[in-house]
This record gives sequence, C-alpha cells and structure tokens, in this order.
Amino acid sequence: MFQPQPSAPPTTSPAAATLAPTTGAVATLQALVAEGVDTIFGYPGGAIIPIYDALYDFQEQLNHVLVRHEQGGIHAAQGYARSSGRVGVALATSGPGATNLVTGLADALIDSTPLVCITGQVFAHLLGTDAFQETDIINITTPVTKWNYQVTNAEEIPEALAKAFYIARSGRPGPVLVDITKNAQMQTFDAPAYERCTHIRSYRPAPVVRAEYIEQAAALINSAKQPFILWGQGVVLGKAEREFQAFVEKSGIPAAWTILGVGALATDHPLNVGMLGMHGNYGPNVLTNECDVLIAIGMRFDDRVTGRLDKYAKQAKIIHLDIDPTEIGKNVPTAVPVWGDCQETLPLLTALIEPRQHEAWLARFNNYAAQEVDAVIREELFPTSEELTMGEVIQQLNEITGGEAVIVSDVGQHQMIACRYARQNQSRSHITSGGLGTMGFALPAAIGAKFGAPHRPVVAVIGDGGFQMTIQELGTIMQTGVDVKIILLNNQFLGMVRQWQELFHQRRYSFVDIQSPDFVAVAAGYRIAGQRVDDRAALRPALEKMLAHPGSFLLEVMVTKENNIFPMVPQGCSVAEIRLR
Amino acid sequence: MERQEYNITAYTENQVGLLNRIAIIFSRRKINIESLNVSPSEIEGIHRFNIVISETEEVVEKLAKQIEKQVEVLKVYFNPNQDVIWQEMALYKVPTDVIAEKVLVERLLRENGARAVVIRKDYTVFETTGHREETDNLIKALQPYGLIEFVRSARIAIIKASDGFHSKLQEFERREPSEEVAENEFLNDRKQVFTM
Repeated sequence: MFQPQPSAPPTTSPAAATLAPTTGAVATLQALVAEGVDTIFGYPGGAIIPIYDALYDFQEQLNHVLVRHEQGGIHAAQGYARSSGRVGVALATSGPGATNLVTGLADALIDSTPLVCITGQVFAHLLGTDAFQETDIINITTPVTKWNYQVTNAEEIPEALAKAFYIARSGRPGPVLVDITKNAQMQTFDAPAYERCTHIRSYRPAPVVRAEYIEQAAALINSAKQPFILWGQGVVLGKAEREFQAFVEKSGIPAAWTILGVGALATDHPLNVGMLGMHGNYGPNVLTNECDVLIAIGMRFDDRVTGRLDKYAKQAKIIHLDIDPTEIGKNVPTAVPVWGDCQETLPLLTALIEPRQHEAWLARFNNYAAQEVDAVIREELFPTSEELTMGEVIQQLNEITGGEAVIVSDVGQHQMIACRYARQNQSRSHITSGGLGTMGFALPAAIGAKFGAPHRPVVAVIGDGGFQMTIQELGTIMQTGVDVKIILLNNQFLGMVRQWQELFHQRRYSFVDIQSPDFVAVAAGYRIAGQRVDDRAALRPALEKMLAHPGSFLLEVMVTKENNIFPMVPQGCSVAEIRLR
Repeated sequence: MERQEYNITAYTENQVGLLNRIAIIFSRRKINIESLNVSPSEIEGIHRFNIVISETEEVVEKLAKQIEKQVEVLKVYFNPNQDVIWQEMALYKVPTDVIAEKVLVERLLRENGARAVVIRKDYTVFETTGHREETDNLIKALQPYGLIEFVRSARIAIIKASDGFHSKLQEFERREPSEEVAENEFLNDRKQVFTM
C-alpha cells in the first residue's frame, strides 16, 4: 500500500499558534471575519440559534442584514458579490430555511457567482430521523453547488470554512454550502488560529498556460480577414477589463458581449458592436455566420446566444479563451483552446498579435446597426406613440445617469430592454439573472448590490410579474434604510410569455394576464416613497425626483400592454435568421 | 458517431457524498450506468471508481471532464474495452446432486474455470472470473440443470497504457502543478487518455 508523501506542508497547518477554547458558533464567525466578510444576509431559526447568539457579540465586525425570506437573502448575497467582486454570504436555518436557498444556489452556479451559504442543521444524532425542520440539504443542493459539506463536529469548522471560501472564489467562482449541525455550533473546542486555504490537492483552479496555444491563436488572428470577438462574464470575473480593452484596441477587432459581460468594454466604445443573443443586436447575430475567426473570451456559448448549434459559425475557426476546461469544446468545436485565466492569457496574446484595423468589416456592423435603429430602436427609445415604451424609460435614465449607475434587472421583456439599451461605462454595472432567468431576483439583488457598492447609485428595473415574486423584501429596505431606486415597468402582463403566445401560439393568452395591487400604496405601507407615471410629460421629472430622493423610491411606469421585443432569433433558428419584426 | 462501451476510471478523495456527485452527472443526462465499482485504490486515502457506460466518444469525453471538475476528484480516464484489461466476477448457486449426477455440468464448470467456493449437501456455490460473454454463456448452459441463484459483480479494469497513480499524486500535492499534470487532451492522444 502506497503512503502519500506530500512534498509541501499540509494546507492548514495545525495549531502552531494560539489555541483558545471556543464554541463552533464563534469559530464560524471568526472564520468569516478572517476571510474579509463585512456583510451577511440572513434569517434566523431554531437550528441556527447558536450562531445567531454568537453574532450578537460580532455586530461591530459583521453587518447582518435581516431579510424577509431566505430566497431574498441569497439573491441579496448574489447582488453583493456581483457588484463588489467579493464572496457573498447568506445564513439560513435548517429545513425550509435551507430549501429556500436552492433557487439562489442554482442561479449562482449557472452564473458563476462566488457565494458561501451557511445553514443550520438538526443535532447530529437526529440526522436521518425526520426530525423537526430536518432536510437532507446536502443531497438536495449537490447538483446546484460547486461544493458542499456537512459539519457534525466543531473541530471541522475552521478547515471547512477555509475550504469553502477558497473554492467559492477561485477558478471559475461558484456557490458553496456548509451545513453545520446544532451540536457542532454549541460544542466547545480548542480552536487553532484561523488559516486561509490556499491549496486543495484534487482541485486545480488556475492551470499552467501553454505557450503553443497562445502562438497558434495569435497566428490565426493575424491572418484573419473578418475576425470577431465575443466576450462574456469571464472578463469581469478575471478582473481583466484593462487587458481586454488593450487586446481589442490593438487587434482592431469588433467585439460583442453577452448580458453578463456587458460593460467590460464601455457600451459606446467604437469597437463595441453590441449585444449577442436571442434578443441581441442585429449585426452581431448575422455576422457571426460570416466571420472567419471567432475569438470567444470568458463566455460559454449558451443556447440563447448560439441559436441552433448546427448552423452556428460553421464557417469560422474558433479560438476559445476560458478558465473552465469543461466549457471548451462543450457546445462548439474549437480550433484553438486557450485554457487559462484571461487576465494572464490576454496580455500574452496581445503581445503576439499585430496592430490592425478592420474598417470595412467594422462598417458592416455599423450598417446593420443603422438598419436596426430604423426598424426597431428609434421607435422604442424615442416613440411617437401615445403610450410609454420600456425603452424610452431606459433612454431617459441613461441621459440622467450618464451610464454611471448600477442597474439591476429582473427577468423578462424589461430585462431585454434594459440589457440592450442601458448605457454602461464599466463592468459590474448591470446585474441580472442570466443562465437561470430567476424572476424576483432583482429586488433583493439590488439591496445586496447597494451594500456591495455603497458609493454608486443602484437602480432596480423590474416588471410587474417579477416584483411580486419577492415583494416582501421591501421590508428589508424599510428596516435597513438602504437606498435603492426601483423602476417598475408595468405592462400588466407576464410580457415575455405573452410575446411567445402572440408569435407562436396564435395569441392564445393562457394565464399571462396578471392583476397587480396598487404598488405605490404597497410601497407607502412599507414607508417607501413612490410615484406612478403614465404619461410622457411626467416621466423625466419623475425620474429626476426618484434619483434625487434621499432614500429608496418606487417609480411605477405604466407602459404599453402589448409590445414585443425585437430583434429576435426564434427558437430552433440559426442566428442568421434573426427577425427584425 | 457510434455508441460503444467505455470504461471510466476516476481517482478521488475518500469523501462521503462524492459518489452521489458523480452519479448525478450521469442521471442528469439520463445515461444508465451499466456497472459501478468503488473501492480503495493502491494509495491510502484515495478511492478508485470504475464506471461502465455505452455512449459515443463525444459524450463520454464531456462526462469525463465534468467528473474531473468536481473538487474532490483528482483524475479521470476513459477508455474503450480494447484499451483496458477487465474482469467481472460471478457466483452461481447450483444444487449439489446435479453436479454429482450430471457429468455434463461438471465438465462445463471445469471448462469455464469455475472454482467451487462452498460445497454443501444441498447446494454448491461456484465462482467464475472473466468477461461478460463467458459468464452469460455459462448461465445459459447451467439454467436447464436448475441454477438456483446467480449474482454478477461490477467490472474492475486496469488501463493498459497507464503508469499507475502514485507518481501523479505527488504532483497534485505540490502547489504548482507540473506540465505533466496540466497536460491537455488536444496535445495528447485524445482517444487513449483524458487528462486535465
């Protein structure tokens, strides 16, 4: 039998420094503080009372935000992580408290958001007995977490949390859940001084970059006649915005973004040719099927972006830069895989490419853009109709904020409008639920985003459907006094589904006609200022009033009931078959 | 692309719950695991999975990557049958008087290299080790004589071209993985061994 002979010291060195008798609960909070956590979003309950009792003495070091539903708590932690780039932390009790986190975990996993969730659990000796508020949360969350672990003994706590934070924030970030039984929280043990985790032998988040692939990629780029860059959240997660901009400007290649990558290159940069995807811009979609070299950076060829795969960029040689090797070659065949952290690989690539300009090729994108303005954009942003459009609200917002605000959008038609038209000067300026498309994400996420970026104005843009899914978080705003502006675009329908029913199901509007309360009155009940607008003349002044208001504000805008989002790549079509109408 | 049998070998930490993490990678795509063996490897603290499925190479490669992505999985290999040496065990319970009386049965068992594990007055339990077809043939042959009970084990396999895992483990434990550990399938023979 071989014995493993580690040539490096183990990851967390055992008690060399001070040993102090501590409870598991206190050790948990000490770990959070040591990991640089300043804000946690949570909701107490029986199985997590010991941690909450310890938290009572940590109020100077840890700001705990009491939410109104654990789902609100985890979405807030996501918003915090997205706006700050740090690990979001959520606390919940056992049973229903823990299961209420599942949607947020699934959302964070598919959108690569670093989160550490700590759930209380029944006493270890009760596990598997159907005890009160007991659920097998580890097995429930296995498919929706990057890693999870159940702690049944306090001595495991420091190492488990160190591993949790390391896994959550390294490589391709993701959500981690640590389930701590009540006995472990209460148990006293000799806690060693906390040590961060820097290495797990079975986990390699940062690969060694292979020079030959960089060279092959550079050669391909230098010989390309119609190259096209697609970028996604990987550029933001890798904190590689500057390296990315340098690469784009030196190569002269037109670049388009996914909704999670927006802002890494400012929306009005001359080489930024627009948004990808089912409701993306006309040019980027059509010209994907005409480029000769496709350079994908930190994006995963999601099906909303590619349309039907058998007709996607078949004519192009694809270079894929990504930190996750499972994404390379997953959906599209790759000619040159560049596996690595793009903050490292981009400068190496930039050094080898020749400075170029592709004026004629870029002009084609601008040409399509002009067509799109005539067919769709002008009427959406500067409507001549009587009724208000969602687009014009965003347009007005752009003019007032100049692209400086953090926009947090929910899911649906308004999300597509906000993604397409909101102006962003930097990354981490548009927070939205991409891969999972979770309605109800925006309100709690906006709260978290504000805590994560307190010096930036945060504006949530939400539809009448999604708002009602997590409306209880207005209570969190009320209690904390956090300053979140909410624009509620009310078309009195579950708009996106209604659009599909109109276009593909002969207008059979099956249960999309949703009735809403008087939202401004509800907000007032939560002591939040508000106003309703339903005519154009009142819109701009109301927006300015909202943004100037000292504190949260709900602005409900009544928009056209049946408006459709175009352009659109219908399901089962290729990106080149994108419809303008 | 055609489906064929693939043997997936995974080296992992010995962690509760990891079996589930790996199993759901298959069930999520509605892929049936035909054979699963999990047992301690030759290295203390490291477990070895042997999984057999029938799929196209493209799908198996994606599955292998997704398994290796799990935090507690060290390394994953996938190989078609011709690239591994494999065995499956089987136990057969036969009435003893049949063995005693029917000379044919005795010859059958001897020809198939069946060993007697237990001999009692009423029944005898035999064991064979070999490939699926051999086992299946023997069952068919024994059934008319009154095969009381039969059980087949999971498959275990050794990859023909591998050097074992011990030396690789030392590289995992170093903080900076070497070129060898970080090798990419595009450079190496994609068909033989997948490594990350």
